[in-house]
Amino acid sequence: MNEGIITRVNGPIVEARNMERAGMLEVVEVGTEHLIGEVIRVRRGGLATIQVYENTSGLKPGETVYCTGRQLSVKLGPGLLGTIYDGIQRPLDRIAELSGAMIRRGEKTEPLDMSKKWHFVPTVNPGDELKPGVVYGEIQETDSIKLKLIVPPSQKPTRVKTIVPEGDYAGEETLLVAENNDTLGFYQYWPVRKPRPVIARKQLTTPLLTGLRVIDAFFPIAKGGAAAIPGGFGTGKTMTQQALAKWSDADIIVYIGCGERGNEMTEVLREFPELVDPRSGRSLMERTILIANTSNMPVAAREVSIYTGITLAEYYRDMGYHVAIMADSTSRWAEALRELSGRLEEMPADEGFPAYLPTRLASFYERAGFVETMSGDSGSVSVIGAVSPPGGDFSEPVTQHTSRFIRCFWALDRALANARHYPAISWHDSYSEYLIEIAGWWGQQDAEWKAHRDLLMEVLQEEVGLQRIAKLIGPDALPDHQRLTLLVADIIKNAFLQQNSFDEIDMYCSPGKQTWMLRLLATFTERSQNLIRKGAMLADINAITALPRLLRMKSEIPNDDKTAMANLEQQISSALDAIESNLR
Amino acid sequence: MKVAGLEYRGVSSIDGPLVFIDNIRDIAYDELVEITTPTGDVRLGQVLDVTASAAVVQVFGGTVGLSQEKTKARFLGSALKIPVSKDMLGRVFDGLGRPKDGLPEPLTADRRDVNGMPVNPYSREYPRDFIQTGISSIDLMNTLVRGQKLPIFSGNGLPHNRMAAQIARQAKLLSEEVEFSIVFAAMGVKYDVARFFIDSFERSGVLHNVAMFLSLADDPSAERLVTPRSALTLAEYLAFDLGMHVLVIITDMSNYCEALREIATARGEIPSRKGYPGYLYSDLASMYERAGRLRGGAGSITQMPILTMPSDDISHPIPDLTGYITEGQIVLERDMHQRGIYPPVAGLPSLSRLMKDGIGKGRTRDDHPRVASQLFAAYSKVKDIRSLASVIGEEELSPVDKLYLKFGAEFENKVVSQGEFEDRPIQRTLEIGWEVLKILPRSELLRVSEEELAKYYDEAVTIKSKK
Ligand SMILES: Nc1ncnc2c1ncn2[C@@H]1O[C@H](COP(=O)(O)OP(=O)(O)O)[C@@H](O)[C@H]1O
Ligand SMILES: [Mg+2]
Repeated sequence: MNEGIITRVNGPIVEARNMERAGMLEVVEVGTEHLIGEVIRVRRGGLATIQVYENTSGLKPGETVYCTGRQLSVKLGPGLLGTIYDGIQRPLDRIAELSGAMIRRGEKTEPLDMSKKWHFVPTVNPGDELKPGVVYGEIQETDSIKLKLIVPPSQKPTRVKTIVPEGDYAGEETLLVAENNDTLGFYQYWPVRKPRPVIARKQLTTPLLTGLRVIDAFFPIAKGGAAAIPGGFGTGKTMTQQALAKWSDADIIVYIGCGERGNEMTEVLREFPELVDPRSGRSLMERTILIANTSNMPVAAREVSIYTGITLAEYYRDMGYHVAIMADSTSRWAEALRELSGRLEEMPADEGFPAYLPTRLASFYERAGFVETMSGDSGSVSVIGAVSPPGGDFSEPVTQHTSRFIRCFWALDRALANARHYPAISWHDSYSEYLIEIAGWWGQQDAEWKAHRDLLMEVLQEEVGLQRIAKLIGPDALPDHQRLTLLVADIIKNAFLQQNSFDEIDMYCSPGKQTWMLRLLATFTERSQNLIRKGAMLADINAITALPRLLRMKSEIPNDDKTAMANLEQQISSALDAIESNLR
Repeated sequence: MKVAGLEYRGVSSIDGPLVFIDNIRDIAYDELVEITTPTGDVRLGQVLDVTASAAVVQVFGGTVGLSQEKTKARFLGSALKIPVSKDMLGRVFDGLGRPKDGLPEPLTADRRDVNGMPVNPYSREYPRDFIQTGISSIDLMNTLVRGQKLPIFSGNGLPHNRMAAQIARQAKLLSEEVEFSIVFAAMGVKYDVARFFIDSFERSGVLHNVAMFLSLADDPSAERLVTPRSALTLAEYLAFDLGMHVLVIITDMSNYCEALREIATARGEIPSRKGYPGYLYSDLASMYERAGRLRGGAGSITQMPILTMPSDDISHPIPDLTGYITEGQIVLERDMHQRGIYPPVAGLPSLSRLMKDGIGKGRTRDDHPRVASQLFAAYSKVKDIRSLASVIGEEELSPVDKLYLKFGAEFENKVVSQGEFEDRPIQRTLEIGWEVLKILPRSELLRVSEEELAKYYDEAVTIKSKK
């Protein structure tokens, strides 16, 4: 093994000499404690710069650097689901067993339990063709997820010589021998910074259903899409990401806590095992992988955590699953880049961030997509990144650059959050470019879905203008039809947009209930507008006794209670009928 | 192995709080250094950057009086450690954990690295135990739970110290009879502030249960960087080794951040916002995250850092980055203070993120989460109506809007405002909450449920009409 010698230690950045044979991005072990690091710069004269993923306190110039000859990689195979890892794929439950409640550095352990036996079912026979993308076996990893063992992209085409029969196997056992004597088992490595190959990228036409009405109806994200949630502290980034991790209709969730609070990861660990996935009926934890590199953990590992996460996501995508990945927060990741760049004495661009920030952001979000996999399946990775702009100011570099690489922007609004209107997603500053592409899907649920959501959106946008005038002259000075707009907008906000994550019923809104609510509100809007036009008084509409029930339908009518829905619809409609007949 | 305590004579340059030492060998990153001044004073420092033959050392005691030739440096072979022991309660220390009360060093061999180690998120226990502070604006609207980190965002001249002292005095759990031990860290504040806390602890008879780490305004600024870490190191020992419940009060984080900026500038680092280093977030997190509970452990650390917002600006990097790390914030408002309201807890920007799991059924009262949400929603409307009234005049407001104005005033006077020595039980606080909600028409109260309205709104209205 090649070895070098440390010449300088500056926080997580270490310089070493005698590193002629070390490659760019090669993993090295640094010092007597074998701290894990990565070569990030090589220079003439055998000098190398290393970023170290663990605390370097006590490290000395003169100590040894051990080269490993491989790039920073994740281990892929059965057993990833339900696990919590740090940024470099060390399982935190194992680390806790080994070093107690505080993470001791230099701790090394297998990412996956190599002693666990998995039931392997072969899907090829001797003599079959063996090339990248071929599925050579299956394992039921959890009750709802079947793991496919796929020939890795690097495999030279050959044929199967032997394969083990169906049965229980563990660890590094060889499952398949190829004619050229290459072997395959359960596990593969993949370098985290390199996207896994696919056959083709496809158009995005299916929504990633989130159960959050403001998203699904107004600013939808497609499966394979990329979205950003920017917002100042306390505006609801984490809660939104957690709600998506719980209720979105992805098959697999990869949740990355990147430079954020430890307790938020603990909360997920405590809550998810107890929540039931509405579609599979299984515990939510069974479809979830957590990556926790919290704010107090080493900053260099924070930088790598999002690559670790997205590589795991691509692994399951390649089996034909729909994976959603949440990164909370990409700003902390960008700050890790900035800190490391500063230590490297690189020339800074905006606000101290390195000039390559946009390239790095692009290469992360580019890994989202709906694809045809190497095995010919359809799979997707949807990426949802939280952004934490300093001072809540969206003109800062990370928000600005990010918005170039995503197509769905959920802007969190401080005023809404202050009024405890959650989710505080602004209907004024947010947008989704996926709307047109996925409207077809919703059209199959309700042919007028698009017309309904457009009508309500129109009312909301009109209200913004009217509020400005109302602030100057008072709302009572406005004509009735404009005051109706204010009233209806208020109803849309309270009855539809606002959604309480802590309410048993309201926390998840099914597509069926959403289309019904949209229809009811749109009909109500249209008919009231007509009535006012025909001379009805605003007070008559305001006095409809079923209004409070309309305002409470989100939390009082369960997702599948068709009778209650029909009932309420009936009440509203006869109240409007009554006003109408009084006009004549 | 190096000769322990090898001494080097002379430094090559001195810049602000930093000294640069050449011709050294076998020195570790982060190692502690003892610097002896030409007059024989001994100061501690720490290695910030090291090569095979040179080191950059940050001197906690400041560099005043150091000279190139006559300064001596001795490298101590490990990072800064402080003693930890239960006997440190009732004592006063400097920022580096050395006795400041004239008494001897605590008798213990247990010394801990002040930087601590990151807690494994897998090993944390999610904090859920409601702490009753007796202050309605906190208990009702921004609940504190045991193991939370909840800072006070204040401004110069606002009563943050009185409020912190009141919380320290009144904080209790409803279910258990356990006292909080207090670890108090002061950085860059005047002696009066420290004195105020000492007096307050003394009066409530808890001084024996308080450990103080003081690095006051006239102490060297670099020492401020260690002070909170020393305090948290003791707190961790008390909480996680001994299973005690510790409340850590740290004041003033703004002075800490300034000291950090000073070091960064002296090192010629590229600043991010307002001259603060780009790693301010991570640096603050390395302290704020030292709060919480551990799975299977009995103890807890509840952190209450105080910071003064430069020009009352909440978007300034210090409060901004703090808010991004802590589990909420109690914001004090100058306008309310001027109107004589104590404690002047701002209604809207204050937040407790752990409140949701610490209140409600079986913890405080069933209706608590929704009452709080309703009060927030209504109060935010008050703010809008007040600005409308200032344009069109109060008389022009609709009848409902007028009720909102009345509600706003009552909310501030009855819910928020209370005595500095008034300890309100949560049940009483909830009653007051409903009392002020009753000013508003029933149809405005959408955040509370029909049953709750029937129970708390209608009932009270009928009682009234019977009279
Ligand atoms: N959808 C929601 N429903 C209910 N409360 C919410 C919601 N979103 C945010 N909150 C409240 O706001 C607080 C802060 O939200 P969080 O997501 O942690 O903010 P951020 O991550 O943007 O700092 C939460 O602790 C919770 O009290
Ligand atoms: Mg967050």
